[in-house]
Amino acid sequence: MTATAPAPSPSVEALRAAFGTAILSHAVSCGDTIVLVDRHRAHDILAWLKTTPGQEYNYLTDVTAVDYRDPGQPLEVVYQLRSLGRKADLRIKVPLDKTGSLEVDSVFDLWRGADWLEREVFDMFGVTFAGHPDLRRILMWDTYAEGHPLRKDFPLRGNFTRAEQTRQALAANPEANYSIEELSIADAFSELPDDMKRRLAAGQRGELS
Amino acid sequence: MSTRTVEMALATPGLDAQGRPNRLPLMAVSGTSDDEFGAEHMLVNIGPQHPATHGVLRLVLELEGETVIRCIPHIGYLHSGFEKLGEYRHYNQIIPLTDRTDYLSPMANNVCLALAAEKLMGIEITERCRVLRVIACEMSRIISHLVWLGTTGIDLGAFTPFLWSFYQRERIYNLQEAWTGARLTTSLTRVGGMMADVPEGWEAGLRDFCQTFPKTLDEVDTMFTRNSIWCGRTQNVGILSAEEAISYSLSGPMLRASGVDYDVRKDRPYLGYETYDFDVPVGEHGDIYDRYRVRLEEMYQSNRILEQALDRLGRLKGAPLNTSDHRAILPPKSQAMSDMEAMIHHFKQVMEGVPAPAGEAYMGVENPKGELGYYFVADGTAKPVRWRIRPPSFINLACLPKLCEGALLSDVIAINASVDIVMGEIDR
Repeated sequence: MTATAPAPSPSVEALRAAFGTAILSHAVSCGDTIVLVDRHRAHDILAWLKTTPGQEYNYLTDVTAVDYRDPGQPLEVVYQLRSLGRKADLRIKVPLDKTGSLEVDSVFDLWRGADWLEREVFDMFGVTFAGHPDLRRILMWDTYAEGHPLRKDFPLRGNFTRAEQTRQALAANPEANYSIEELSIADAFSELPDDMKRRLAAGQRGELS
Repeated sequence: MSTRTVEMALATPGLDAQGRPNRLPLMAVSGTSDDEFGAEHMLVNIGPQHPATHGVLRLVLELEGETVIRCIPHIGYLHSGFEKLGEYRHYNQIIPLTDRTDYLSPMANNVCLALAAEKLMGIEITERCRVLRVIACEMSRIISHLVWLGTTGIDLGAFTPFLWSFYQRERIYNLQEAWTGARLTTSLTRVGGMMADVPEGWEAGLRDFCQTFPKTLDEVDTMFTRNSIWCGRTQNVGILSAEEAISYSLSGPMLRASGVDYDVRKDRPYLGYETYDFDVPVGEHGDIYDRYRVRLEEMYQSNRILEQALDRLGRLKGAPLNTSDHRAILPPKSQAMSDMEAMIHHFKQVMEGVPAPAGEAYMGVENPKGELGYYFVADGTAKPVRWRIRPPSFINLACLPKLCEGALLSDVIAINASVDIVMGEIDR
């Protein structure tokens, strides 16, 4: 950090005036302004920042999350906002207490770009986004059962033993990895061999005979 | 007479008791079971092993006749957990990981990582280092766009420009190899400087490239820009308006083709880009053709920047390359072998790494595919608490279902090509 503390973005004052105690704190790090907000008001605050004249943070650069090494520290969902017109940036953080429910409101209705970004945070950190229309894993596969990889309590090599991981990898057959829903679109389900139909119906994704 | 079996229970988002997501929730399409000819919907799977998906991307398409009703991308086949790995490495040790994300422009990724770490640690770099990094970024932009040009041409049935563009790309790869020793895994930068200076006489090779390369672009321009087949396949296909492009958080050529004038090099300048003379092409229709025009023009502009950077490099001959603070970057080997203090710095950096002060920094740069951002959260140790990659291809690809809706099956290939994805970066 530099000795002279740089001034935070003027948006912080405006946010405090509009939302009061829902603005938990703010900080400046490496020239970027960071505002911590209450999770129940996060969606309102982001919507306000997007539409209010003078703020106009119309571009959602990124959505991600941070899990700290200290297990007592809350997990933070991070929104990088940018105003394309004003050429200004703002970082909004929503701290989530890990003993409570990890849930925030989805901003899918404000920015369509939040779709995959929120799915990734869900996949990697287990944060659920209320109101997201299609919240499912994105980088890991549907049936991945080891947990959420970017959490600090997730070991680098995974939660399962190497033997179990190998067993599951050998048992998996990506060829059979259509969901029943996908097959039903094509009317192909009825033409499948009985054995495969039975196994698909039971939710199995085993070997394709 | 539809025989669709499960139409109603398609949308089932949510979690089961173990906290895992339920079945793949497909949303039912309203009122489009059969068309007037009684044809049924067909499911087509493209990929993950298919050359036209430009990597291990899998698309599940629902077709009505030849029209795409719905497109469901499946990604993650190349997931390597780079962000997790980064949390277990020193800042300089992360640089080899960045080579492997967007592997079509490794040098630009290296530069972004070094810039992000320097922002976090408050390190000033030298002028010669800035100029060399600009050269690295613009060389990367040219090779990345050349791959895009060649493969998109092939996807649409034009083979010759592929050979031209890959020939030119090979020339840059040779320069890259002479500079870094590697063609793909360059690991060019270090926090506070560069891994190596350019070798003797290298500038002449790049100068020769800059002078002859635009001829190839002119030839491609002659071949494509007014070609009726090319125009027919690309104009008014895969359109995205400016508002939609902003809402989808697109960046790079995808955003600019839709008419939004946002280029990180101009709007949030880094490496002294504000002192270079170059233009940012902006499209107006937001279709594949405009994306082609934007990328083609960007290559001309990169060439302009390269020529200016080479002039500056000539003036900076003999100037220091790395920052003089040897707590941040390794001292020269000769010094480490003869000077006690330099040896201590060397030892501590190799064994313990360079600690970053507690804090966080987001650094966005204009990569060939769009805005690449590295976001570091540090807690005072030599390894980051969190290393987030803002992957431009991942975010650009998220609008693919929207682009493909209502398009023809053959257009899906063209649309997917126009997004310019690289799976190493999407899956990370």
